[in-house]
Amino acid sequence: MASTLINVQPKAKRGDVIEIKALTSHIMETGFRRTAAGDLVPRNIITTFTCRYNGTEIFRADLFPAIAANPFISFFTVATESGKFDFEWTGDLGFTQTASAKIIVE
Amino acid sequence: MKPSLSTRRNFLQLAGGVAAAGALPVVTVRPAEATPAMLASAIRNVVGEAPVRPGKVKIDIPPLVENGNTVPMTINVTSAMTDSDYVKSIHVFNEKNPQPNIGNFYLGPRAGRAQIATRIRLADTQKIVAIAHLSDGSFWSASVDVIVTLAACTEEVN
Repeated sequence: MASTLINVQPKAKRGDVIEIKALTSHIMETGFRRTAAGDLVPRNIITTFTCRYNGTEIFRADLFPAIAANPFISFFTVATESGKFDFEWTGDLGFTQTASAKIIVE
Repeated sequence: MKPSLSTRRNFLQLAGGVAAAGALPVVTVRPAEATPAMLASAIRNVVGEAPVRPGKVKIDIPPLVENGNTVPMTINVTSAMTDSDYVKSIHVFNEKNPQPNIGNFYLGPRAGRAQIATRIRLADTQKIVAIAHLSDGSFWSASVDVIVTLAACTEEVN
């Protein structure tokens, strides 16, 4: 199981623009590298990242091999209500990873 | 001139030609890097026939990169980010990696600020292009040149 790192401030004022940082551990094998024997290493990357705020999708990204290993993504959202952020990564070879973070909006 | 001789000569030439071709090593050509044409077609896939104007987009990336394996990059789009005027998506492309795409990022009016950051790979000294798709349907772009000393993506696996 891959590990994830989520950075969301635990409390915010209603209407504040907050930054969300998400990282998961993944090799992001490009599919363009070769071993010393000359064999192509098959591609194994995360292709999609989504973030839902209380069930509503607020951010999505399509990733390509040009994203560095252990993909880090930062984006912003308006703190509208207390609740939960759900993060999901999906990729090659059936890779899925989820994480969540709570926020209290006053 | 006897037609049979001519035919025989032609046949021999043809046979010799085939043999010579067969003796050559079979070389399969695959582009080692995305070409400016691939970059252009990748951009066309996103914007279609719409015009792309320079402006509104800002790419923040080190101009000189020592290690292309992980390059921090921030993209900021000037936008009010209201329900009627917001950035729908940000698309990032490169010129010389094996593939022209880097990432597509879909935002919405709830983002509050049209800014994303990630870490990318760069296989060569090249140009990065970011295109923002606004809610009114217009496309805005920025490009930046990055010098890379250690390439990523295609190195040998240890």
